[in-house]
Amino acid sequence: MAVNEREVRRIAELARLGIEDARVPMLVDELNRILEHMDVLSKVDTGRLAPVEGMGAGAMPLRHDAGPPIPLARTREEFAPELRDGFFTVPRLATHGDPDGGMESGA
Amino acid sequence: MSDDLLSMTAHALGAAVAAGRVRAVDAVDKSLARARELDGGDAPLNCFLTLADPAAHDEAIRMDGGHVDADAPRPLAGVPVAIKDNIATHTLPTSCGSRILHGYVSPYEATAVRLLRAAGAIVMGKANMDEFAMGSSTENSAYGPTRNPIDPSRVPGGSSGGSAAAVAAGITSIALGSETGGSVRQPAAFCGVVGVKPTYGRVSRYGLVAFASSLDQVGVFGRTVDDAALAFQVIAAHDPRDATSATAPVDDYRVGDGDLTGLVVGKPAEYFPESLDPAVRDRSERALDALRSRGATIRDVSMPHTELAIPVYYIVAPAEASSNLARFDGVRYGLRVPQPQLRDMYEATRSQGFGPEVTRRILLGTYVLSAGYYDAYYRQAQRVRSLIAADFANVFSSGVDVLFTPTTPTPAFPFGAKSDPYEMYLSDIFTVTANLAGVPAMSLPIGRVDGLPVGGQILAPHFGEAAMFRVAYALESVLGAEAHR
Amino acid sequence: MNPSPDTHESATDYEMVVGLEVHVQLKTSTKAFCNCSTDFGAPPNTNTCPVCLALPGALPVLNLHAVELAVRTASALRCTVHETSIFARKNYFYPDLPKGYQISQFDRPLATDGALVIGETEKHTPITVGITRVHMEEDAGKSIHDRYPDATAIDLNRAGVPLIEIVSEPDMRSSAEAGSFLRVLKQLLEYAQVSDVSMEEGSLRVDANVSARRRGETRLGTKTEVKNMNSFSGVERALEAEFARHCGMLDRGEAIVQQTMLWDGAKGEVRPARSKEDSHDYRYFPEPDLPPLVLTKDWIDEQSALLPELPAAKRERFASRYGLNAYDIDVLVADRELANYFEAVVVAHADPKTACNWVMGEVRGALNANNLDVAAFPIRPPDLARLLDMVQDGVVSRSAAKRVFAVMLATGGKPEAVARDEGLLQVSDDGQLDGWIDAAIAAHPDEWTRFRGGEKKLQGVLVGAVMKQSGGRADPRKVNQLLAERAKE
Repeated sequence: MAVNEREVRRIAELARLGIEDARVPMLVDELNRILEHMDVLSKVDTGRLAPVEGMGAGAMPLRHDAGPPIPLARTREEFAPELRDGFFTVPRLATHGDPDGGMESGA
Repeated sequence: MSDDLLSMTAHALGAAVAAGRVRAVDAVDKSLARARELDGGDAPLNCFLTLADPAAHDEAIRMDGGHVDADAPRPLAGVPVAIKDNIATHTLPTSCGSRILHGYVSPYEATAVRLLRAAGAIVMGKANMDEFAMGSSTENSAYGPTRNPIDPSRVPGGSSGGSAAAVAAGITSIALGSETGGSVRQPAAFCGVVGVKPTYGRVSRYGLVAFASSLDQVGVFGRTVDDAALAFQVIAAHDPRDATSATAPVDDYRVGDGDLTGLVVGKPAEYFPESLDPAVRDRSERALDALRSRGATIRDVSMPHTELAIPVYYIVAPAEASSNLARFDGVRYGLRVPQPQLRDMYEATRSQGFGPEVTRRILLGTYVLSAGYYDAYYRQAQRVRSLIAADFANVFSSGVDVLFTPTTPTPAFPFGAKSDPYEMYLSDIFTVTANLAGVPAMSLPIGRVDGLPVGGQILAPHFGEAAMFRVAYALESVLGAEAHR
Repeated sequence: MNPSPDTHESATDYEMVVGLEVHVQLKTSTKAFCNCSTDFGAPPNTNTCPVCLALPGALPVLNLHAVELAVRTASALRCTVHETSIFARKNYFYPDLPKGYQISQFDRPLATDGALVIGETEKHTPITVGITRVHMEEDAGKSIHDRYPDATAIDLNRAGVPLIEIVSEPDMRSSAEAGSFLRVLKQLLEYAQVSDVSMEEGSLRVDANVSARRRGETRLGTKTEVKNMNSFSGVERALEAEFARHCGMLDRGEAIVQQTMLWDGAKGEVRPARSKEDSHDYRYFPEPDLPPLVLTKDWIDEQSALLPELPAAKRERFASRYGLNAYDIDVLVADRELANYFEAVVVAHADPKTACNWVMGEVRGALNANNLDVAAFPIRPPDLARLLDMVQDGVVSRSAAKRVFAVMLATGGKPEAVARDEGLLQVSDDGQLDGWIDAAIAAHPDEWTRFRGGEKKLQGVLVGAVMKQSGGRADPRKVNQLLAERAKE
């Protein structure tokens, strides 16, 4: 399988990576030269094999529903790019209709 | 006296400081001075992104003054350590070699660092690395490459190149690195030091900035096998803050009387291909002879899926990375490139914050997870990964105790030698398998080629670090000075 | 076939098909993957730590109690709880999603194949709605768009609060059935004590998948997803609006586009959420920071056994044990607290019918009139039970008891003390009763004469008159007896 310019642009959008137009053809070329080495995997018969899901020896460890929270050695003011009244802030989003807005808010 | 401090083993220095025979501040000052000297000048090694100067000095003075609680054993009392810059420290920046975390100081400390400090070690700096541990040469650091102390025209390997170089250059006796596909063992081999990748889950990942979560492990460097074992002993522990941390008991790793009688060492054919650099093959055979001389049996084995490891790795690792690096969005910490629209802010921040290799891998990882490609790439790669793990399980259940291989196909290469990404990826060809299978592995010096170090790799079954170190102790003692010739 | 231009008319030709996705916040003290508090109302971003701020290097560790509550809910919904389930990352960028992915479950959820019976009332035939799956996930933070003119404010206190998502089969055929499903589900979750289940406070959130098809058609039409409803009635209205839109389009021969619609409750209309083409490429993959969740069958059974009695079982028991009628059962079971109150009265008083009448009448009336929760109701069940005992034992009359009840409600007094202090204790003393009877006869001489003459039906009038004279204190049984004796004199 190989990618084309349209796909590279689509992936870059998904990954929120701003890519200059001039760089797109180079990236197509680089990614395809990597991907051609991956084709060998499609020839491996893995019919009955389960994919690896979760490394390590055990099953999920569970913690008790109690504190204390992990403390922060520095305040949010010290690491946040922009903080107002304790809120992190970003460029304003419309509740509805904005390309990034609304629909994915909440769960 | 003071020059001796730099050449002392961590074990000897820790014992001397604990006994009051040596002052911690002398050890730390000597280490800081050597770091300043080697990282300065016309051809700086560029091992460190941040030096704890004077914080490490001050901490050592507090230790010497007895102003530190010292109830627990402190085997690393006053021992300066270098910490790879992707391991969170709450007094020094943690930039991961990236512009996107320039100047970021973590509000919490990684478990491995906490354990080292509890054992008396003093963090004297944050070591350079390939950005977000993506690379095999440290050329991908946003803050300039690290030079190989053995030959400054060559790379130290990567991604933990700064840590390996700091140990090789005598700045510290031990250092922390991290492994995802060989990022400790490969630079250890290139710089002529010992590098250990633990069993997946043996060392906590809490505070290790994630690259590929199912492959990442914190690892250690030492100038000697014993120093590496000592540092590893300190950080090997169950951690309730890491759900993938193992609860298996921690063995005593610092045992090895040099006798390997009855031990079966597997020699996998796939790690000795015809194309292998003849000198690397020669040094590897010499190491196998050394193991035979201590009573080990060498058995030819086959691990037929080895050739699939690089393709699997370069699907799984970028896929996980594309998700792990989504948090670098300029909202809560790190670089923000302000823009009037949120989406533009995301894109500007991430494109200016990430370097070319990180960008490439995020794109690759996003692609293999995206709709329509997941099954063909990611899911298939995870299936093939189980075949690679089965290769190890099969060989270890057939009576083989450990495996021995060269760590890398070639010694350290010159800067700029591998401009093609995939060619660079192939330098991990003998190391990625251990990460994919989750087994422990280490590299130790087994000789030199044209003055450049060659590393030998020992691989063991899950939680088989004790056997791995036992072989390493024996090999180190037989090779003696030959290991560095 | 000519499409009818009259949407309203044609709506009867179509059938609505609805499936619901319900997110429920689980009632834990700490978040799903870190020790931070789940309390509401803390200053912004103060209930956060390295894990829920997604600081580099931080790792999630799952909350046992969240698993317990999720498993209990799944059991209550008659799901198969799987011994192995897998967490997955749902990847998308949004400023209140700190990691850039939500930890959720995807192709191996916690539980599948359940059912919820709705419409179990005296009026309706029950309908079984299939539950496709119940899975665990974490909540996002809050984006506040109206606080600053130039910026959206992000509060991550809610980020990482444990949720379950309950997905139904498209088994509902009207907005009323969807509303009924939600009310029954809410009641079940309240009974199971797994959530605060308040749609207004956001601890229960509903998205609806709706499609329309010609009646008789068995294939499903193209569905749209409707979001942004903040009440059950809002869900019903949104479904009606979206269904009408579908019907209109189908009538005009237009194709329904699969998309997300947002409900505007103020305007009473739905409109498309403008979506990017990438918005649904979530790139799910197994969460490598969390091993598979492995539960034993015994543990799952233990959790299931810890569930309190659920509405269906309670309904059945109230009918068989107490012989209550369907209407009373519906009213009582609808409010778990009220049902418990009723049973507490029965435990102390033993006559379920009387207890039911009082709870259905006086207690509910007082709750409604004073806008009280059962928990805050000043008359506790043992006190009400004693009041009923007093009626049964003839210590107070029925009518006096209602006055005692009113005083107890106002003052919090005990029934015995209130009856005594208010002078409402029943009088059985012949001398006092004779006085009241004399006065009653004097006031009703005509009735008295006819009563003596054999018109027995007039006894009620005379007893009533005596009761009136006594201010409700006369023992009616005794009054009847005395009247009968006097008539023979």
